[in-house]
Amino acid sequence: MTTITSDPIIRDPMVQVVDPVAAVARTRPRTTPAEIVSQTLFMAWRALKKMRRNPEQFFDVTLQPLLFTAMFAYVFGGAISGNVQAYLPLMIPGIVAQTVLTTCMSSGVQLREDMDKGVFDRFKALPMARIAPLAGPMVADLVRYLIAAGLTFAMGVAIGYRPGGGVLGVLGAIALAMFTGWSMAWIFTFLGTIARNARTVQGLSMLFLFPLTFLSNAFVPVRSLPSGLATFVKMNPVSHLVSATRDLANSGTISGEVGWTLLACLVVIAICAPLSVWGYRRHL
Amino acid sequence: MTAAIDAVGLVKTFGQLRAVDGIDLEVRQGEIFGVLGPNGAGKTTMLKMLATLLTIDAGQARVFGVDVAREPHRIRQLLGVTGQYASVDEDLTATENLWLFGRLQGLSSADARASAERLLGQFGLEDAANKPISQFSGGMRRRLDLAASLITRPPLIFLDEPTTGLDPRTRGQMWDTIRGLVAEGRTVLLTTQYLDEADQLADRIVVIDHGRKVAEGTPDELKTSVGNSTLQMQLAPEADQELARQVVRRVAGTEPVLTQESGRMNVPLDSADHAADVLIAFRQAGVSISSVSVAQPTLDEVFLSITGHDTAEANEAESAETVGVAVEVQ
Repeated sequence: MTTITSDPIIRDPMVQVVDPVAAVARTRPRTTPAEIVSQTLFMAWRALKKMRRNPEQFFDVTLQPLLFTAMFAYVFGGAISGNVQAYLPLMIPGIVAQTVLTTCMSSGVQLREDMDKGVFDRFKALPMARIAPLAGPMVADLVRYLIAAGLTFAMGVAIGYRPGGGVLGVLGAIALAMFTGWSMAWIFTFLGTIARNARTVQGLSMLFLFPLTFLSNAFVPVRSLPSGLATFVKMNPVSHLVSATRDLANSGTISGEVGWTLLACLVVIAICAPLSVWGYRRHL
Repeated sequence: MTAAIDAVGLVKTFGQLRAVDGIDLEVRQGEIFGVLGPNGAGKTTMLKMLATLLTIDAGQARVFGVDVAREPHRIRQLLGVTGQYASVDEDLTATENLWLFGRLQGLSSADARASAERLLGQFGLEDAANKPISQFSGGMRRRLDLAASLITRPPLIFLDEPTTGLDPRTRGQMWDTIRGLVAEGRTVLLTTQYLDEADQLADRIVVIDHGRKVAEGTPDELKTSVGNSTLQMQLAPEADQELARQVVRRVAGTEPVLTQESGRMNVPLDSADHAADVLIAFRQAGVSISSVSVAQPTLDEVFLSITGHDTAEANEAESAETVGVAVEVQ
């Protein structure tokens, strides 16, 4: 370890004397929208650095699509659709939706873990937008949604899925899944800002996530369900995402389901983003 | 000249607890101002209120004339805050940390890099610039943390117990660094549990206890109120504690602090030389002791003399900085 000589600062030739009056005059009353965007992107840069240094964070977005796609296809394929090939167009969009949603759950858990670390004390003390530390990691998570959705389709193709929508249809489906993931992540970010610790976030999130993904049309045709359940399934936003993804990937059509999905996303953002900032401020 | 900090009647309550209970504070520009008190006295809470990290429940505070409650965003541009625990990112390198904090505060990429390089050099961390923080020692973390507070050259620096947990050598280095901050024209507000730290660094000190200000003055003013050193003795189990107390009163002219259960006795002295007088008088009176040492006045004694109660219930281990080597006595 290098030792500091005494009075290291005074000897520094670059030193400028700090002038409080000028410093007060330089202060700005609030963050500008441009600053909010750039601060969010710097926080995204930080989150990406952390992801690269902790590659185990990619386990869920790599293993889950690979395992679930293969497992579901071979276990349920015959029972639900007669054979695996016929089941894939129904199931792959379902797995995409499920994987993206579980991935955005981990956004909330990781934010909560991150918030308990010392560096957040500094973010709070800095003159920066309160939404940036929340939105930044979510922007970085777009990479995770991309990996999750991309790998699911790739795995599907590997076991015989031939999406009728072609490359463009699949890309459209991936883009929609990424946007939905980003929007839904605000729910879990909000939970992350109000929960006592990361484990609570995990528990609460599961409570939301399981009914949403399994009580949807992700893995089974709706007509096979009892009528009460079918009503819930039809209203479930995850069903809209799954249907929209199917329409895009399997037939290349931008159906009304895409519109419903986007609307649901915007509603979630409009409610949960302000709530998250409120929850984060409460921690100050 | 505007005061660096001008606070009146600060109050913070957590449920039933009044953590800060009506504190007034005036910190002049260019001074090192020490806030001294045991754990849980309200030091950190007060600092956090002034740094906009906690809301102010009652009272008013201004930093260089800017109202803390009304314009928190301006306040954050005037302050560098270094907490008790290093608030830097464990997963990033030292350079990346400083670069990020610079960028978040509006520096250009080149300026942020130059500023990071300059600060790492200034704090003797250039060799560790590209190492992850997880490999840093405690002292290095503290220095990096302080460097992170200086990126935009704020005129006021808050240091919350900057040397707690550091070894003596690293502590001395930190002290030099803090003096350097003031030499550059900054104002420093520092909390500490150590009387000697406040003594070494601070131009003025307030002592707070249970959220209230109990004393204010220069280090010398505070120390003369408690004597210059303390004789600490462990009375032998068979020793007559009442007799010992009378001997001390007679020889040293002061009231000893006696813990009856453990037989520990502390005697405040004007000078360490007087310790021998007490010991000789004990031998003559037949009071036997099992160990003895001479220590600088501790926060305990400051507290005892100012508040009439000691800090033992708040923190026991943190108190004495023993200067004399403890001597085993037959």
